[in-house]
Amino acid sequence: MTDVVTPPVRTPSSPGSRTGGRRKVLGRHPIGSLFALPYMVFVALIFAYPLVFACYIAFHDYFFTAPGVEMERPFVGLANFIDVLTDPQVLESFRNTAVFLVINVPLTAVAALVLASALNAGIRWAAAFRVAFYVPYLTASVSLVGVWMLLFSSGGLVNSVLGPLAPEPSWLVNSALAMPSIALYVTWKQLGFYILLYLAALQNIPAELHESAATDGASALQRFRHVTIPGVRNATTLVLILAIITGANLFTEPYLLTNGGGPDGASLTPVLLIYQKGIQQQNPDTAAAMGMILVIIVGLLSLTANRLTREK
Amino acid sequence: MTRTTAWWRYAILAAAALVFAFPFYFMVVGAFQQNPTNTPDEMFPREGWTLGNFTAIDSRIDLLGSLTNSLIFTAGVLLGTVTFGLLAGYALARLDFRGKSATWVLMMLVQMVPFQLLMIPLYVQITRSYGLGDTYLGMILPFLINTTAVFIFTQFFRALPKEIFEAARIDGASELRILRSVAVPMVRPALVTVLLVTFIGPWNEFLWPFLVTKDTSLQPLAVSLANYISNVAQSTANPNGAILAGATALAFPVVILFLLFQRYFTASDIGAAVKG
Repeated sequence: MTDVVTPPVRTPSSPGSRTGGRRKVLGRHPIGSLFALPYMVFVALIFAYPLVFACYIAFHDYFFTAPGVEMERPFVGLANFIDVLTDPQVLESFRNTAVFLVINVPLTAVAALVLASALNAGIRWAAAFRVAFYVPYLTASVSLVGVWMLLFSSGGLVNSVLGPLAPEPSWLVNSALAMPSIALYVTWKQLGFYILLYLAALQNIPAELHESAATDGASALQRFRHVTIPGVRNATTLVLILAIITGANLFTEPYLLTNGGGPDGASLTPVLLIYQKGIQQQNPDTAAAMGMILVIIVGLLSLTANRLTREK
Repeated sequence: MTRTTAWWRYAILAAAALVFAFPFYFMVVGAFQQNPTNTPDEMFPREGWTLGNFTAIDSRIDLLGSLTNSLIFTAGVLLGTVTFGLLAGYALARLDFRGKSATWVLMMLVQMVPFQLLMIPLYVQITRSYGLGDTYLGMILPFLINTTAVFIFTQFFRALPKEIFEAARIDGASELRILRSVAVPMVRPALVTVLLVTFIGPWNEFLWPFLVTKDTSLQPLAVSLANYISNVAQSTANPNGAILAGATALAFPVVILFLLFQRYFTASDIGAAVKG
């Protein structure tokens, strides 16, 4: 089924320079390709082939059959894509993702940079703080979603602290607050990872830059703006792109936290819809088309983020 | 650095740390309480401690069985990643062979392929074409070799002085022997980092095992706990304690491992891994 990517073996052209010729063709250590072979087979089987297969499914009338049953699956051009783009549920899931990204991405970048720079100043207990920030990232979302559900339920701790200020209906069953609640949850869960990324970047800014700015009379805020922020520009690009990708991949949170994208589709996400359409409703072709559209949108957003943070 | 700015740093960090740690406190305390509280004045309970929540969740989802499934899933991924990742990492860092740059390009591409695109074709492939639905292999296969781990191995093997390898080759050692007896012992810290980075993926993974396992006796804890939360809990009288007990059981192995080995887990490794 899949063509395994192996380095082609050629016979050397002239018999006189036998070993030299073979070296040129295979490299000095041909055994290296044998070492890398399992990984290449894995990539071919788990990434390359499904990628091509996804395109095939998306352009055909594809359906599940019992094993061994051969059925014709005709080419249908863009029909699946048109189905997807005219489906109000799909458009709603994209709108919900937009709400998510507008809250999650800037909040993530700002909070991670602020906390990373606070950690970076050689303070005491830095390791303990780092661990506290990092633990939610390490923990299974299913665990933490269980905790947040109880905290934010209508009779939960958050509402009992807020008292009369508690929203009605409560957070996760309120159509205006469901998606923002998920965005807050994901920001909280992932932040530790982004703090680590920023910490690595901050450690690469030469201390002299801060010192000379300080001698020139720059305040802490001015140094943050003119030394720190430009100094971590590459990390910011990475943080934005990874946050966008995470946002586009949301599944577990709406599936569990808001009971499958509720209330009334207010927190429906594209991947949740791909699962419902492709596997529950047995329409893998529309689901594959939707996946492709989603990936194109994510690609464009990431490109924009890259442009915006690029040095002028 | 003036005294006031230092004070502010601590205030910001402490406030944030509280926000990050509190849900864990809530989870662990609630897991051992007869009636997990929802009011702030009972946040520090003195009585009502119990293990009943664990038996309650165990009666619905077979806690030990699910934990074993999580362990098998994770162990399979670790085994694949360490075996094949070390081979690939060593080859990429230390051997000159045809197809090396192609392998490198492939790795970059793999890091960029999003799961939304692979979900449906992989599901069709693994459950329909290969018939691996409801098997451990079907769960493990998409994660078998962690590309980030291959990057980390490559990075560490590259950092070793090349004279060591040349000397070993002159002594007539085979490349496999050099990898096993020279290279691997020198990158032990990398091995720990890779094990940690790789462990959290399958242990916490929900979506993929949820898709390929319908048989509850094969489901990892993340999946069976999710099923409990979304289906069973509503029909139970007092599910909160049981949910928190399950959440604690799922969270703890990773948190403990990380706390034990956290000195191996540094900002620069993560940065290197992500940037490739």
